[in-house]
Amino acid sequence: MFSNFPATPPQASSFSREHDLIFYALLALTIIFTVMVGIGVIYFVIKYKRGSDADRSRPIYEDARLETAWSVIPLILALIMFYFGTKLFITMRVPPADAQEIFVIGKQWMWHVQHSNGVRENNTLHVPAGKPFKLTMISQDVIHAFYIPAFRAQMHVVPGRYTTMWFTPTQPGKYHLFCSMYCGTQHSEMGGTVVVMEPREWANWIENGGQSQATLTLEQSGERLYKQLACNNCHGAEDNMRAPSLYGIWGKKRTLTGGRSVIADQSYLRESILRPHNKITNGYSNTMPVYDGQINEEDVLKLMAYIKVIGSSVGGPSSSGTDTAAAVLNGTKGTMSPFAANAIQYQNSSMRRVDSTPTTRSGELAVNAIAAQQEAKGN
Amino acid sequence: MSAIPADPNVTAVSATPRTETNYLNADWSIKSWLLTGDHKRIGILYLVTVSFFFFLGSIAAGLIRYELTAPAGFILESETYNKVFSAHGIIMVFLFLIVAIPAILGNFLLPLMIGARDMAFPRLNLLSWYLFMIGGACIMGGMINGGVDSGWTFYVPYSSMYANSNVTMVLTGIFIAGFSSITTGINFIVTTHKMRAPGMTWFRLPLMVWALYATGVVIILGTPVVAVTLLCIIFERVFHLPIFSAELGGDPVLFQHLFWFYSHPAVYIMILPAFGVQSELIANFARKRVFGYHLIAFSSLAIAGLGFLVWGHHMFISSESMYQGVVFSLISFLVAIPSAIKVFNWTATLYKGNIRLQTPMIYALGFIGLFTIGGLTGLFLGCLGTDVHLTNTYFIVAHFHYVMVGGAVTAFLGGLHYWWPKMTGRLYPESIAKWNAVLVFIGFNLTFFPQFIVGFMGMPRRYHYYYFAPEFQPYHIMSTLGSTVLALSFIIPGLYLTRSLTKGAKASANPWGAHGLEWETSSPPPTSNFLQIPVVLDEVYDFDPVTEHEQDKAAQALEVPSYLSNEAKSIESEKEKR
Repeated sequence: MFSNFPATPPQASSFSREHDLIFYALLALTIIFTVMVGIGVIYFVIKYKRGSDADRSRPIYEDARLETAWSVIPLILALIMFYFGTKLFITMRVPPADAQEIFVIGKQWMWHVQHSNGVRENNTLHVPAGKPFKLTMISQDVIHAFYIPAFRAQMHVVPGRYTTMWFTPTQPGKYHLFCSMYCGTQHSEMGGTVVVMEPREWANWIENGGQSQATLTLEQSGERLYKQLACNNCHGAEDNMRAPSLYGIWGKKRTLTGGRSVIADQSYLRESILRPHNKITNGYSNTMPVYDGQINEEDVLKLMAYIKVIGSSVGGPSSSGTDTAAAVLNGTKGTMSPFAANAIQYQNSSMRRVDSTPTTRSGELAVNAIAAQQEAKGN
Repeated sequence: MSAIPADPNVTAVSATPRTETNYLNADWSIKSWLLTGDHKRIGILYLVTVSFFFFLGSIAAGLIRYELTAPAGFILESETYNKVFSAHGIIMVFLFLIVAIPAILGNFLLPLMIGARDMAFPRLNLLSWYLFMIGGACIMGGMINGGVDSGWTFYVPYSSMYANSNVTMVLTGIFIAGFSSITTGINFIVTTHKMRAPGMTWFRLPLMVWALYATGVVIILGTPVVAVTLLCIIFERVFHLPIFSAELGGDPVLFQHLFWFYSHPAVYIMILPAFGVQSELIANFARKRVFGYHLIAFSSLAIAGLGFLVWGHHMFISSESMYQGVVFSLISFLVAIPSAIKVFNWTATLYKGNIRLQTPMIYALGFIGLFTIGGLTGLFLGCLGTDVHLTNTYFIVAHFHYVMVGGAVTAFLGGLHYWWPKMTGRLYPESIAKWNAVLVFIGFNLTFFPQFIVGFMGMPRRYHYYYFAPEFQPYHIMSTLGSTVLALSFIIPGLYLTRSLTKGAKASANPWGAHGLEWETSSPPPTSNFLQIPVVLDEVYDFDPVTEHEQDKAAQALEVPSYLSNEAKSIESEKEKR
């Protein structure tokens, strides 16, 4: 039933090994002393049980040497453990000068992470292996605690003051992120995942504004979708037997079968993507499949954005119009003003947040999450 | 020399009064109970009410355990779950642990043990029970009328600004119950100082009295601080007085300092009396003077003193400064030493004793094992580097349950069984009780040992769901199975002890052949405890294992089962005295 039955947390930061060494040393001490006391108790109970013929003469009631011994030996062991524990703690508390700073805001009941280049994420934290990071944290409401068991790192996140913690991740993988300080109703669901990436992978990720691939503009993803759905098979650069070209269609008057006409605006395009049989352009037959229920509104918006670009161009692919379209589609970062770039990035990041609901633990029904997990396992 | 070794030395000790009036049957009216000044009756009042609260707290614990067997729960909403674990903590800490041993056993025994007729302030003692009941009623009222979801620690600003539950009323209840503690503490200290029988010098005091005295000191120094602190939360919550909340201009970390300044010593309010009980049980069932009596007595005082200097170890990661952390960690390691000394001394007491494995002794031996683990795992949390990972996880939950349940509750059960014949005048069925003591030990370990592992793996405490970390589930299932055994082992004594009240055999004055002034008077004792105030001439725990063993051998030769022979002898000696 429990094929996966771990008893230790994964070791994924530079503290993990040293922490676990101290932990196991303390564990050894605990076992030694417990076994010693246990054996002593059991041995004495058996030997001196009422009725046994053990020698009970000359009992001792106080013995300064013995008592000094079992006060001083534990004291020395305690001081040794204190030394190693404190040494590790001081390391954990003093971040190295080259640690990159990440800001963390805790609020009921989510973690908001802000990387120094502006990339933001909720309930996840992406960091590369092998690089020290310093987290500067504050709470917006009650006290939380940022806890990554695999890193052996934990710190309170307090309203009204900054707290810091630092770590160097060592092992790529996905690890738990918990809020470990009770903070109200959904306390147990305030958390998510810490993703430790290979340095190059992470460099890509942070460069692309928090995505593993370069972010696409709405138009670019529309173009991709246009090809994915094979729209271009029929709706090519020029009108053909099967379908009219969409180049230069935007805002133009279209004549439909039966003589009615319509302006090719957003609502017409949407309708014609989802339910093409409603309004068929004069001279063509009803061959296009229905996309209603096949693609979602977001995809429609993407397609529309692309169709707007090619629809505003004048004619076929050879004309100058398509060059503008190509320019819009390809030339982004170089030519755009920083403001526009930011706007696109903002738009993308807000779109992404809709996308990334699975990482947002809070607000999601536990049952659904489990179902999703099981499904994932089944696959 | 009889089984009561004190006989020849203690002069003028009263024998059983011929008229069988005792504190229980002196007056049957309800008024005589509710207006009593008798420390024994007040102890019984506490026993009844505290047992009731323990029952409620255990139901909450059961709900928590069953809910956690599934990663996403199956009975409770998160909001309800939070109220349930808060109720469990608040009831168990403020209405059970802090009160159980001091107010039940301490109240009943302290005057008997030092040869006094009552506490120094009997009416104050009764007042303490009423304050406890008013406080308990407020807490219960708050929990029924909306509940409280801030945990027993009431961390601000959650409790003062954000919790929508009935925090104010519950805090008022704890505030009032605090005065009950304080009055009890004052009574312990004054009674120990002023009411000792002639000849009862400080170093003839049973170690239970030393422990209760040290507890009294901790109570009166610590409780006022938490009372003021909780009052501050009420002021901030009700009047928005800026004290703790950052958005009002206060400091949330200040609250933690004040709270733990009481609540760490409060741990010693719970465990010191347990140490006392433990010393009594070990000495009386190993039939030997406790090894290193002086060191144990002083270590109680050392714990009471050092206990006030370690509160910061609850706050290593709560933004207190690194240097504060280092100092608090060092003192925490030091405070572990007196506890270690006690464990070694109890073990050494068994050496060359004449050990009787009766029910209270089984609890006492279990205590040694559980407290050793509980104490040593405390080092993981006092050690700075490991605390960073382990604090706020199930490791800490397991640790303090080993100390609080494995220590305090085990000692309480052991003590209750030991003094039950004295309190009620009845004997309980020994064999069931013995096996049940073993069951407590097994059930307890099954419940809380898996929590160490799941805590080390990183399961935070106070988590309702853990569907995102299914690797925790096996340990929660084990823990819940264990808690079922543990619950059973708490129900069984409730049944046989209650039954013994009417069906149990009558107990003699000293059914254990134990040593101590409380065993010199009849069971149950008369209202005035002793018909004549005893004069103490012998040392504490003045046993003689060698002679006793020879007597046992002689008795065996006569083919009388040793347990009965002891009973018979103690009855004989009673007769002789008459």
